[in-house]
Amino acid sequence: MIKLAIREEQIKELKNKIKTHKEKPGPLMPSLHDAQKLIGCIPYEIQKMISKELNIPVAKINGVVTFYAQFSLEPKGENIIGVCLGTACYVKGAQAILDKIGSELKIKSNETTDDGKFTLEATRCIGACGLAPVMTVNEEVYGNLNVSKSVEALNKHKEGAIND
Amino acid sequence: MIRSSEELVKRYNETKGKILNRAGLETNGRKEVLVCGVAGCKSLKSDTLVERLREAISDNGLDIEVKETGCFGFCEKGPIVKVMPEDIFYSQVNPKDINEIVESHLVKGEVYKKKLYINPETKKAIETTKEIPFYKKQVKIALRNCGFINAESIDEYIGAGGYQALAKALEMTPQEVIEVIKESGLRGRGGGGFPTGIKWQFARNNESQTKYIICNADEGDPGAFMDRSILEGDPHSVIEAMAIGAYAIGANFGYVYVRAEYPQAVERLELAIEKAKREGLLGKDILATGFNFDLEIRLGAGAFVCGEETALIASIEGERGMPRTKPPFPASKGLWGAPTIINNVETFAVIPEIIKKGSEWFKGIGTKKSSGTKVFALVGKVKNTGLIEVPMGITLREIIYDIGGGMLKGRKFKAVLTGGPSGGCLTEEHLDEIVDFDRLKELGSMMGSGGMIVLDDKNCMVDIAKFYIDFMVEESCGKCTPCREGTIQMYNILNNITSGKATLQDIDLLESLAESTVSTSLCGLGQTAPNPILSTLEYFKDEYIEHIEDKRCSASVCKDLINEYIITDKCTGCTICAKNCPVECISGERKEKHTINKEKCILCGDCFNRCPFDAIVTR
Repeated sequence: MIKLAIREEQIKELKNKIKTHKEKPGPLMPSLHDAQKLIGCIPYEIQKMISKELNIPVAKINGVVTFYAQFSLEPKGENIIGVCLGTACYVKGAQAILDKIGSELKIKSNETTDDGKFTLEATRCIGACGLAPVMTVNEEVYGNLNVSKSVEALNKHKEGAIND
Repeated sequence: MIRSSEELVKRYNETKGKILNRAGLETNGRKEVLVCGVAGCKSLKSDTLVERLREAISDNGLDIEVKETGCFGFCEKGPIVKVMPEDIFYSQVNPKDINEIVESHLVKGEVYKKKLYINPETKKAIETTKEIPFYKKQVKIALRNCGFINAESIDEYIGAGGYQALAKALEMTPQEVIEVIKESGLRGRGGGGFPTGIKWQFARNNESQTKYIICNADEGDPGAFMDRSILEGDPHSVIEAMAIGAYAIGANFGYVYVRAEYPQAVERLELAIEKAKREGLLGKDILATGFNFDLEIRLGAGAFVCGEETALIASIEGERGMPRTKPPFPASKGLWGAPTIINNVETFAVIPEIIKKGSEWFKGIGTKKSSGTKVFALVGKVKNTGLIEVPMGITLREIIYDIGGGMLKGRKFKAVLTGGPSGGCLTEEHLDEIVDFDRLKELGSMMGSGGMIVLDDKNCMVDIAKFYIDFMVEESCGKCTPCREGTIQMYNILNNITSGKATLQDIDLLESLAESTVSTSLCGLGQTAPNPILSTLEYFKDEYIEHIEDKRCSASVCKDLINEYIITDKCTGCTICAKNCPVECISGERKEKHTINKEKCILCGDCFNRCPFDAIVTR
């Protein structure tokens, strides 16, 4: 698992954001979105901090964090690979692509490689159904894929990851 | 600032010239280039095209604007570039084509033939958008501005007649506005099909100091992107409609609950709200009528169940997105206990047009009980995938064969899925059925939000049922036991069937589990979760039996029932399979029969799906 180091400034920035959310009704979800964005995950200590700031029991916050797929308790890898398993992609063979990428990286979906370079996710529809099957590596979208093209795309990013 | 309806008219008169010219209605002789800047085309790097176009235009000393617009719909042929006002449609444009297009079309005035759309039937190039078969049967109301105006410009929206419906509504009484919507017969486009006007009337009748209006943009159906395209292509239409709805029910505040997975839609919407505020079209005393309305965005967080109204409300309130018991309905007790109206993006997008053109006009389109049009994401194994808007009452055949261009690679049509994970499948015998809310329901499927996925004979229906129930296992919120546990058990049974471990009794068990989940779940998610199973069992029971009795999947999808892939004598040695095999286990000389090395084969099925001669079979 990747070690998580949260910096002082991140906490400070998050606290400032929470303060603005507090002025409006329903501040929890926007605060959690900010935490996820700023820190990359919402571990227990951050939940406790939000609990204090918003005066909401940490048990409830934990319940909300674990309910929604967008929030994670652990940090994700440097590169996030999302193989779309929306219906349009699925009927055009996305499962084989997900299996292949998983075996290339030796992880299952929702896991991160030991070196922390890649996280593999089976995403639901990203709305590029016209190009099905698609996969994303970070912000980049690869469309009209097949198994071999998906490996090519992965290798491109693997090289990039090594060069970094 | 636009302070009154007179000022709105003035702004319209200042801005309409450009729009009328673009539409070819009143030409001023200026050309414009439109490039789709969203979804599919954007992922094919249409932003590079915009840059290259601007460079090439200035290199040639021309003064022609290049605009990034919303979705043109024909995603299959993206990235798409259009030259207006002549409406010339260039498809699958590469950055290297740009110089030729600019030099030929924009400098010399000659259409650049090489990048035109080719009609696959006649093999002839088609120049203008309206002549392309994909667009011929479409009627655009919700998508009227998508792919036509620059979504980031409020002036273009106003120039296209935007915010005039709001001005008109504010001159009517709230009750008159509701009457127009009621008479129009508009029904909720999110899937349920509940009459919008009646919903508004409930909220209007409930007296309260505060009321809320919410736009449901938590488009969760995997395989559908209607709402995304509207938000990215025409966000002001949603804002305008929300203001109209708020005025009608007596609300002063609204939320747009949008999926966090759509960052570009969120960005465009944020920008649109900011611009509307700056122009005074949101905020206090709108158009000097004393009406106040403000709007905020709330992000979804990846829970399909939040598309259900009460779960969505819980999510905005900062709770786990779990549905609540109805009644009380949100129209009487919704967000923070106040009367709340929730409508879908597409429902909102048509409202300004209904207010402007009247309920009679809207009722004139579609069928008696389902008026107007519906947007569909037409995807899967059809030739022309993309976003379409068609009048209700069109037949499935017209959608799939006339607009969709028929089956991909000439394969056999097997079924079409509508309604996503809550819907079902329709088969060949239904192709001449009409599409509207009630007919689809009678046939055991549903309209849903608009995903339409076409399947061919290489798709396994049992596998599709398993796919959808797997989705529901993950997305069930866990509140009701039949949905939480029932979906898992149904998944396990389906998994046994697809891996050859089931018996015929399992089909009965599956049916009885499905029926009890339908009748004992609280919300729409649980009540409809078994639909794909029930519907595939109704129309494709043979396939279930084949998996169980013969341990065979004739579509060759279920991996556990495949021992090996074999190349038959039909093989022509075209080498397509060998070139694409990810583990390079296919060998053979060109123009000679190939063979598969069983030891190395990972059974991915890539060769099977790719072979143009059906020469690969499974055993």
